[in-house]
Amino acid sequence: MTIDDLPIGRVARVAHLIANTAGVELTERLEEIGFTQGESVAVLTRGVPGGDPLVVRVGQSRFALRRSEAQCVHVITDCV
Amino acid sequence: MPDAVIHFHPTGTLVALVGNPNSGKSALFNRLTGSRQKVANYAGVTVERKEGKYVTATGRVLRILDLPGTYSLSPRSLDERVTCDVLAGRFKAERRPDVVVCVVDATNLRRHLRLVLSVLRQGLPCVVALNMSDVAEQRGIRVDAALLSAALGVPVVKTIAVKASGDNDLRALLEDIPKLRSVNPPSPDQTTGDHEAVNRILSRLGLTEAVPHTMTDRIDRVVLHPVVGPLLLALLLFLMFQSVFSWAEAPMTAIKQATAWVGATVNAALPEGWIRSLLVDGIIAGIGGVIVFLPQILILFFFILLLEESGYLPRAAFLLDRIMGSVGLSGRSFIPLLSSFACAIPGIIATRTIADRRDRIVTIMIAPLMTCSARLPVYALVIGAFIPQRVVWGLFELQGIVLFVLYLAGIIGAMGVAWVLKRFTTQGRQTRPLMMELPNYHWPTVAGIAMGLWQRVMIFMRRVGGVILALTIALWILASFPGAPVGASGPAIEYSIAGMIGHALQYVLAPIGFNWQISIALVPGMAAREVAVSSLATVYALSATGDNAAQALTPLISQSWSLATAFSLLAWYVFAPQCLSTLATVKRETGGWKMPILMAGYLFALAYAASFVTYRVALALTQ
Repeated sequence: MTIDDLPIGRVARVAHLIANTAGVELTERLEEIGFTQGESVAVLTRGVPGGDPLVVRVGQSRFALRRSEAQCVHVITDCV
Repeated sequence: MPDAVIHFHPTGTLVALVGNPNSGKSALFNRLTGSRQKVANYAGVTVERKEGKYVTATGRVLRILDLPGTYSLSPRSLDERVTCDVLAGRFKAERRPDVVVCVVDATNLRRHLRLVLSVLRQGLPCVVALNMSDVAEQRGIRVDAALLSAALGVPVVKTIAVKASGDNDLRALLEDIPKLRSVNPPSPDQTTGDHEAVNRILSRLGLTEAVPHTMTDRIDRVVLHPVVGPLLLALLLFLMFQSVFSWAEAPMTAIKQATAWVGATVNAALPEGWIRSLLVDGIIAGIGGVIVFLPQILILFFFILLLEESGYLPRAAFLLDRIMGSVGLSGRSFIPLLSSFACAIPGIIATRTIADRRDRIVTIMIAPLMTCSARLPVYALVIGAFIPQRVVWGLFELQGIVLFVLYLAGIIGAMGVAWVLKRFTTQGRQTRPLMMELPNYHWPTVAGIAMGLWQRVMIFMRRVGGVILALTIALWILASFPGAPVGASGPAIEYSIAGMIGHALQYVLAPIGFNWQISIALVPGMAAREVAVSSLATVYALSATGDNAAQALTPLISQSWSLATAFSLLAWYVFAPQCLSTLATVKRETGGWKMPILMAGYLFALAYAASFVTYRVALALTQ
């Protein structure tokens, strides 16, 4: 699953990044701003209408991402 | 062609500040250098260069360079490329720094330490400033500076850029630059990668678990709420523009009275003649007519600075991303566009942070449609003369509402232009990345706001003293010579060069309801919009007969213009002639004449059309 599939507030960890049609530059950028393997992420809110863009907490930072960007970040949810 | 420019670098130790955006780097720069700053552009590229002077306790002078914020040393935007090239010593227009101060946010070490590691690899003597260490401790993040220093192999100091003595430890380190030079930074093991290296350091510091910032999250739950958020934003912007009018009233009255007093005093002290006319009708009436709007400009900038410092601006950009997206832009364009409400020039310069070239050009093209503060004098004059001061619906001032509508007209015009560009260009239909950081909320500091306002006042006053003064005098000359022939019936200005130009322009501008006085004032208004007001003041002062020369402009125009003319002039100013300095900035930022010519052409066409429709409709309704 990707960040885009997470319900609001659910904490997950970054598994890996997969480049979309925009190319690897996008995933490199995501890694630089903190989407590294194992980092905790959560969706804080989504834009209305259409859930785009979304605000994602990654580690200690918050970023506004488009859905297409959020879909590059694959995550695993912690079992509770 | 090879670069034939020889660069001379000033001597003195050069200390560069490097850090992620939102690390508090600029606050630390302000703390170290105070008001001894020089802001300019890097030669050849349009990136702001900030240098300041710092004097150590022993009296040695250091040059402090505030490099543009960057997330990594693999550059993507223009700003980031400058930082990388300067650090690597590849940048022609800048000497390689002697010492680098890496500014990191102590609450967000994981991301910031990655940048530190890549800076260390550049092989320059380095110091790490753990900024916002007070906030970190409040949140229970205790960073052991000595342990971190041991792990990184370079000195680490804690700093609190927003507190008066928060930079003491850093100052102590800067006392002994030669000692810093002798520290050989380690080259981290390349094979394991920075990500693992950062994780190792964090686990050694016992900081593997992230503590969320609950206060910011709580505020965001309201501010970013799908329904409450946009309402809050609209209310905020509306209150902002209401205050511009209501708060500024008292200081504006005082400035007006002072101008009138100075005019009357000079008038009484000097014998009648051209010198008195130049001083009273030209300089005092002209300059006074512009300075009177300083309070409003300051209030607008005060709000923008407040929103910027508190961290609200990127939230507003997030809330508006959808709307901006519908016309082919991203939320990122919001910040340059909001700055354009103060002045289009800083707005256009701020588009450098938009990595996508197409988005950047479109944002530049529509930035002049945002009502800049230089248009405020014109709006304020016309509104003050024609719209009664009245409270409607028990809460809002009618004048404030009209002003709000004018701002709205500019925004809608801009959206329209962006939509047309989206609809009729192939590039316009692709989606582009957003990736915008929403920093933690901060209490804005008095010092930060005060410094920002001070810089704005200086820019404005320099314009008043330079361009505006020169144009006011030039206009006085045009409006005074040649003098009226003997036995002429009308006011002298009708026979002057300015009168002739005005009468000629009137053939073009009469269909949109402009009289010859307005037509004259529009010409110098091209150089700087607010000059139109001082020009009107000069034109009317010179056309007034005898005693009432120093009379205020407002009652004069409310007697001599029709309501339709007033509305038409407002409509003209929503779209029309951006000042020459804006066009010069566009030329510099886009690297050619194509964009500024295109911009001037389409804005003139839009303005003429808007004024024509407004005038005709208003005429039909008022008759």
